[in-house]
Amino acid sequence: MNQIPALVRVFLYLSLLTVGGGMAAYPEMETLTVDVHQWLTQAQLVHFYSVGQMAPGPNMNMVAAIGEKVAGVLGAAVVVFAFYAPTGLFTLIVGRAWKRLANWPWRTSIQRGLAPVALGLMLAGAFTFGKTSLRFAQTPTSPLEIHWIAVAIAAVMLALVLRTKLNPAPLILGCGLIGVLAFRP
Amino acid sequence: MSEAPAPPAASQPAAGAETPAATGTPSTASISDIFLSFLTIGATSFGGGAVAYLRSTIVAKRKWLDDVSFVELFSISQSLPGLNSTNMAILCGDRLRGWVGAMLAALGIILPGAIIMTIAGIVYGMHGDRVLVSAGLRGVAAGATGLILATFIQLASKTLRGWLDVVFIIAAVIAVNWFHVSVLYALVVLSILATLAYRPRPAAEAPKST
Repeated sequence: MNQIPALVRVFLYLSLLTVGGGMAAYPEMETLTVDVHQWLTQAQLVHFYSVGQMAPGPNMNMVAAIGEKVAGVLGAAVVVFAFYAPTGLFTLIVGRAWKRLANWPWRTSIQRGLAPVALGLMLAGAFTFGKTSLRFAQTPTSPLEIHWIAVAIAAVMLALVLRTKLNPAPLILGCGLIGVLAFRP
Repeated sequence: MSEAPAPPAASQPAAGAETPAATGTPSTASISDIFLSFLTIGATSFGGGAVAYLRSTIVAKRKWLDDVSFVELFSISQSLPGLNSTNMAILCGDRLRGWVGAMLAALGIILPGAIIMTIAGIVYGMHGDRVLVSAGLRGVAAGATGLILATFIQLASKTLRGWLDVVFIIAAVIAVNWFHVSVLYALVVLSILATLAYRPRPAAEAPKST
């Protein structure tokens, strides 16, 4: 059956939620792609997002992998367009009007107010993500157990990114190599 | 997200945001120049922080924009929905060559990563459930979790000013993670409340305030 219209609808909608970055949309992305449409599992979504951190360019290009899984290369193209077009058009229009809004006092209020809301949604996305990524067995039926090796890898990554100037992309690749050793059955 | 290495002071809507410098930049950029430059950034900006790559190309190397305009555009791109890097590409492209420039800049920065992730999706479909691949992906996912938290901490330490901000962050987390409120409702309701909380106040009344 043809999933293209559903893909377009879902990613047009998700596009509008990416305030302050893609992670804000993550909980909704999980609900829609995993629970509602069952295009992939929680673990697969986590994998796509994580692999996306090693690819160049905007880190939400991982949506292409979801589209590919559902409907092949056409699905990937459609999803990428749907995910970037609405906010892109909005940015173009508001960007041009921005100067005229300079003396509008509410502009500062909106900017100021949106900052903590965007941060909060990003943290909410991080928790949704972590519920799957740090779990013992990444299958839907397993109990919600925390896997301490995964937590340790996350903690080391956190410290390295905050304390050093190392590029995160090769660090994530390194986490993958550690994973091969640590999670090998 | 993951675009933490940002130009300084960008999150603060600067008092001089209406500086005329931005429009005064004469555009020497050709359409193909714009597309190729952004394509290069899209293909080489590993590990997030595309904004830092954008600055080094557009401001430092090509001199298409000055630093003041760049920071101004960055402040706009942060306040609008969409990813910082694509918003920046659109705003820069528009300044240089109107909507055609904006479209090509966005296409350039998105295309390489999107193609790579499409290929990654195909490879994942073929080999994703091999034992060693799953083990590696779990390590990658754990690392990504640390990266997301690090990005959050970096952004929070730059933007947070006061307890009210913390209240809005906690409210968003509780709404989405605990009550499973749709992100859309959480975003709309909290944005309105936060905007009202930081509503414009008449400066003249300041001395007599309680």
